[in-house]
Amino acid sequence: MAFVGQPIKRREDYRFLTGKGKYTDDIVLPGMTHAAFVRCPYAHAKINSIDTTKAASHPGVVAVYTGEHVGQFGVPCGWQVDFKSGDTMKEPLHPLLAVGKARHAGENVAVVIADSLQAARDAAELVEVDYEELPAVTDAKEAIQSGAPQVHDDVPNNLIFDWEIGNPKEEVDAALSSAHHVTKLEFKNQRLVPNAMEPRSYIAQYDISFDKYTLYTSTQNPHLIRLLMCAFVLGIPEHKVRVISYDVGGGFGSKIYHYTEEALLTWASKEIGRPVKWTSDRSEAFITDAHGRDNVTVAQMGFDSEGKIVAFKAHNDANLGAYLSTFSTCVPTYLHGTLAQGCYTTPLINIDVNAVVTNTTPVDAYRGAGRPEMTYMIEHLLDTAALEMKMDPVDLRFKNFIAPFDGVDQPGYQTQVALQYDSGNYEGTLKRALEMVGYEDFRKEQEESRKNGKLLGIGFSTYIEACGIAPSAVVGSLGARAGLYEVGHVRVQPTGKVSVFTGSHSHGQGHETAFAQFVADKLGIPMDDVDIVHGDTEHVAFGMGTYGSRSIAVGGSAIMKSLDKVIEKGARIAAHKLEAAVDDLEYAEGKWTVKGTDKSIAFGDVSLTAYVPHDYPEGEEPGLDFSSFYDPANFTYPFGAHIAIVEVDKDTGKVDLKRFIAVDDVGNVINPMIVEGQIHGGVVQGVGQALLEGAIYDESGNLANGSYMDYAMPRADDFPFIETDRTVTPCPHNPLGVKGAGEAGCIGATPAVANAVMDALLPYGVKDLQMPLTPERVWTAMNS
Amino acid sequence: MEITINVNGTSHTKEVEPMVSLATFLREELRLTGTHIGCDTTSCGSCTVLLDGKAVKSCTVLAVQASGKEVTSIEGMATNGELHPIQAAFKEHHGLQCGFCTPGMVMTTADILKNNPKPSEQEIRHGLEGNFCRCTGYHNIVKSIQHAADNLKS
Repeated sequence: MAFVGQPIKRREDYRFLTGKGKYTDDIVLPGMTHAAFVRCPYAHAKINSIDTTKAASHPGVVAVYTGEHVGQFGVPCGWQVDFKSGDTMKEPLHPLLAVGKARHAGENVAVVIADSLQAARDAAELVEVDYEELPAVTDAKEAIQSGAPQVHDDVPNNLIFDWEIGNPKEEVDAALSSAHHVTKLEFKNQRLVPNAMEPRSYIAQYDISFDKYTLYTSTQNPHLIRLLMCAFVLGIPEHKVRVISYDVGGGFGSKIYHYTEEALLTWASKEIGRPVKWTSDRSEAFITDAHGRDNVTVAQMGFDSEGKIVAFKAHNDANLGAYLSTFSTCVPTYLHGTLAQGCYTTPLINIDVNAVVTNTTPVDAYRGAGRPEMTYMIEHLLDTAALEMKMDPVDLRFKNFIAPFDGVDQPGYQTQVALQYDSGNYEGTLKRALEMVGYEDFRKEQEESRKNGKLLGIGFSTYIEACGIAPSAVVGSLGARAGLYEVGHVRVQPTGKVSVFTGSHSHGQGHETAFAQFVADKLGIPMDDVDIVHGDTEHVAFGMGTYGSRSIAVGGSAIMKSLDKVIEKGARIAAHKLEAAVDDLEYAEGKWTVKGTDKSIAFGDVSLTAYVPHDYPEGEEPGLDFSSFYDPANFTYPFGAHIAIVEVDKDTGKVDLKRFIAVDDVGNVINPMIVEGQIHGGVVQGVGQALLEGAIYDESGNLANGSYMDYAMPRADDFPFIETDRTVTPCPHNPLGVKGAGEAGCIGATPAVANAVMDALLPYGVKDLQMPLTPERVWTAMNS
Repeated sequence: MEITINVNGTSHTKEVEPMVSLATFLREELRLTGTHIGCDTTSCGSCTVLLDGKAVKSCTVLAVQASGKEVTSIEGMATNGELHPIQAAFKEHHGLQCGFCTPGMVMTTADILKNNPKPSEQEIRHGLEGNFCRCTGYHNIVKSIQHAADNLKS
């Protein structure tokens, strides 16, 4: 293992550092036109008429389309979650352009295509829409009350489905009613705006010579976009569409989904016979990129007199926005309720969910997706319970942890909520984090500082998550309308250079480096001889993209399968050349050697032989080129312990994050530098939710803070250096032993910070705090 | 209007509309697409370039305002394919992930270190307040700038 485990510097960095990255908006095609959208300014409005006459005659305008031109078809939802009763999920049409009615501020009403962007934007101003504003509802809990405005005529009470998981509610209620202590919290896990730094950007082109479409798109999963757009939206043949996503400037979930603009531009490119580009500006991004979180929660946890958890129950009203985005329905259910075990031995659990439509931007998976919401619930309950029961939050966790298990000698842990954890050592990460923070010393310092009127606080979060979502048959039985395997294709070139095609997609994660590390190690060749190709449906056979921290765990495993096949076939060719039996050969350091001899043949010689098969094993096919599909046996379950130390300013309520310690266990690590970078970024996004971020809708249903002047993005001077370490508990069911690291930081961090603020405010007896913990909210809580 | 701007050492004379921003001029007229546009409120800093040696957000400078001046964009930082010490420090210390904010971060760093060759951690963090990064949590960007300061001193 020469490369795996090393902090190899990233190969992709040179192009990014020199301004040579290739993001979609950087691409210019001959004859390209530009699109501008007319968007509904109201949260809910009847569209009486649209007059495009003036816009169409504006100089430079090529075409103006409304919903009447495009037709009544829409983008699909990728996951069907049915009602408890068995009734089918409500699935309102999500049209490419609104027809008759618009259901959230920012919804597409018309599109103007022109020779220049300026002409398109100027003409879009000339489209005259006669709106009749309707009453709007933006809060999930309010939306299911009787008399609330109805978002869709075919969704009674705005309820898409109700759902529950776990033990029977009566059993859980009985355990709660006889518990020694019950902690109850009611809060809103607030709506977040993903804010990838690169705004969404698309270019669609129709080539009449080959009757073929090309869509350049800033997406996290090009193959799925192609599949959804071809089969479920436009009805065009999949093999006549190429989807390309070169460099993508961050995703965090928001670029997983199939957006209406992608399909619309693809359709329009054939209508006008010219390429058409649209790049979102930031104001559009705020109101059209799928948002994250937004649950109204009531949660209760019961304890016995020793502090053992006896039951956990929660009800969630999950806001899905105006339409069902691609994975919106699985976020508050199968990515949320199934994590309710946490890393504790809780014997009785019931999670109950209403999925609700409102007059807001659609909500879908945002970094962590369901798991941060559940982790916040459990971990905030635990620290609150510790305060109420006057117990140490650390002791409370140690009393309730599931004992360590490796998933090999000890079996996986069967939860009360369907999942079976693969391997874990939850107390291990907390012990390490406590060492790093110097817990006992901190408590002494805190006590001293309280005497001096300083408000220091410490908060904990020991989280678990589920990544590499799979296997396909299981997720299919739960409503997924896609498989969740991955494809890894290894093409050994005649010269021994290796092209690897992965269905995973990098939008900052560094696949070109990390994937090359394990490929080079496995084949015993230099990393420079390995190229990682992704993001082009014409090159990569198929793939399910990157989200849910799945790239290495699922995508990497698929590549490993193909590498095994390469070595296996290579051995047959080597055996022929060496005049030895296959069983007598061993493969190491880039060559096959006859065991116990110095007779060997190098990888490059075997690959050349495979393509110039003159002296060749009889019956063996030429070539050295394998593709594999890998469908995981189980999810992977990373976990960790996060500790935050904060100081609250008594006079202003401002929270200062003094230290943040993150000890994560993501299984085996291919590139520790990249893993740490993922943790840093995730932690800061998680802290962003705790202290800074939150979408605010005004009474009329408009996003009141839809710009960087108004939405509090985390900035460099909001943070100290993040202190990281890790333990390693390998995943027992995939060939690399990896679990995934993309979301861990964002899942663990939020409750640690919120808990630390609560701890700091102990002298004020403040328990009920609603995120984000802005100075105003904290000061008000202290002074009320 | 006809304008003449020296960009990365080369003089360009072009006809532009008065409303065209310097960022758009660089991207669309000169095809220097390393300068990125991440917002519409002069907040995110992805479009930062040096104008007569001083960091500016090129989305909020009109191309006509830059006429007669010298612009350095990210494409002007490396010399003969060799990374500038700031760029090298970002690579060495993993100061970038998706790369979209990176050009702006590098150009802002050039300005920070020009004015303060030995910045403290807090001075670096303060100096970055006009540049957003959603990937790195700023941790490795701050480290990269600390090392870039060392590289430039030696």
